[in-house]
Amino acid sequence: MIQIRDLHKHFGDLHVLKGINLDVNKGEVLSIIGSSGSGKSTLLYCINGLETIQQGTVHINGTDVHAKNTDINKLRQKLGMVFQQWNSFPHLTTLENVALAPRIVKGKSKEEALELAAKQLKHVGLGDKLKNYPVSLSGGQQQRLAIARALAMEPEYMLFDEATSALDPEKVGEVLDTMRLLAEEGMTMICVTHEMSFAREVSDRVAYFHEGIMEEIGPPQQVFEDAQSEHTRKFLMNVR
Amino acid sequence: MFDYSFHWRPVVKSLPELIQAGLVTLEIASLAMLLGVVIGLCLALMRMNMKGPLKWFAVTWIEIARNTPALFQLFFFGFGLGAFGINLSPFTIILTGLSFNCAGYLAENFRGGFQAIPVMQINSARCLGMNSWQAYTRIVIPQVLRIVYYPITNQMVWAVLMSSLGMLIGFRELSGETQFFASKTFRVFEYFAAAAVIYYVIVKIVLGASRLLAMRLFRY
Ligand SMILES: Nc1ncnc2c1ncn2[C@@H]1O[C@H](COP(=O)(O)OP(=O)(O)OP(=O)(O)O)[C@@H](O)[C@H]1O
Ligand SMILES: [Mg+2]
Repeated sequence: MIQIRDLHKHFGDLHVLKGINLDVNKGEVLSIIGSSGSGKSTLLYCINGLETIQQGTVHINGTDVHAKNTDINKLRQKLGMVFQQWNSFPHLTTLENVALAPRIVKGKSKEEALELAAKQLKHVGLGDKLKNYPVSLSGGQQQRLAIARALAMEPEYMLFDEATSALDPEKVGEVLDTMRLLAEEGMTMICVTHEMSFAREVSDRVAYFHEGIMEEIGPPQQVFEDAQSEHTRKFLMNVR
Repeated sequence: MFDYSFHWRPVVKSLPELIQAGLVTLEIASLAMLLGVVIGLCLALMRMNMKGPLKWFAVTWIEIARNTPALFQLFFFGFGLGAFGINLSPFTIILTGLSFNCAGYLAENFRGGFQAIPVMQINSARCLGMNSWQAYTRIVIPQVLRIVYYPITNQMVWAVLMSSLGMLIGFRELSGETQFFASKTFRVFEYFAAAAVIYYVIVKIVLGASRLLAMRLFRY
């Protein structure tokens, strides 16, 4: 379970997150929507410790992410992260991209890691690209590679930061399908997204962020049909 | 005026010595590059990650190495230090001078290489649970080496050619040896023409070896 309490994040004078309280339960899919600059990416970075926080707490399965004595590298193994830009490691084949972390971080044997990597790549539909270098893959394929790479660490949670925003329109579907598949398998997911149909159909809850405040959270039906906040309604009118 | 007649016999006779001296040139250039790569990498990391004296030490080194004549740098380690009673052997002078110079140039190549790697590469590695050492050695450095590989090759060629300055401090690498024979026999043109050919061959060998190594190292 992910528990966020009174989370505040400042970049210098800029108050980016203004007291976020949020629980994400095992097996839940949460979509986060909101306009540019509202702090959605920053929230994900605070959850996996890529950013420091100024106030409040984030707990993953009861462990405080930002406590000094927390082994952040160990904790991050529970949290897969997929970015807008896919960040493939260009000097490694797809198979090596996926097998590297299980081998050097988890200490799996080479054979074990390669087998696991091949399995994950097949899972995201890249079974025929094991020996390819990322440069020869399309954006959609590289993003699925990024998902496989995260999954190979056998995380309990997956964080997606606009995983489809940088893709050509015709490649968006294949990545969303992969995310859908994960959701169906019961993965706990937090998805920052601009894909409203994905948010509506796949998520258990949808949260709307506005200028560092979580203004609205609830089942998709409620947020999309019956939003309480004026900002949410305006935002949804504009994206539709 | 054109009564100069070529005499190649003395050159042919001392060819073994010249080739031997060519190997000394290759050796001194290789050693200087080895030191230059290690020191250059350190200088680049110091310049990028440190503050205060260590940073300024690196910056000063790089600035002097790149913006003053290599010959002056060599003279500094020779006559300059000599004036303070520190007398280095010609071998040490040329090795120190060349390494100093190469390290300065290579440091900037490395810095460019590091800056070309997006921060997100490191973030992605860290998100997979890698610590920063693992992220650097497994993700960043291999990509940097790829980027600086051809600049390093160029620097190696440069080191081979620049080692000819050894002649001026009495070191018997290829140019020093050539000079020695030329003044002994007065066949100046013949000797330097032969030395030029040997330099050319050495450079071609360096480039060829670099290309072969690249084919083995870089698969993407
Ligand atoms: N490293 C940083 N240093 C300073 N300011 C930052 C930094 N990262 C983000 N910000 C600022 O924090 C605010 C929130 O940024 P964030 O990236 O979280 O927004 P977002 O909701 O993800 O927007 P988008 O939809 O454009 O991705 C923005 O005003 C941004 O300029
Ligand atoms: Mg963002």
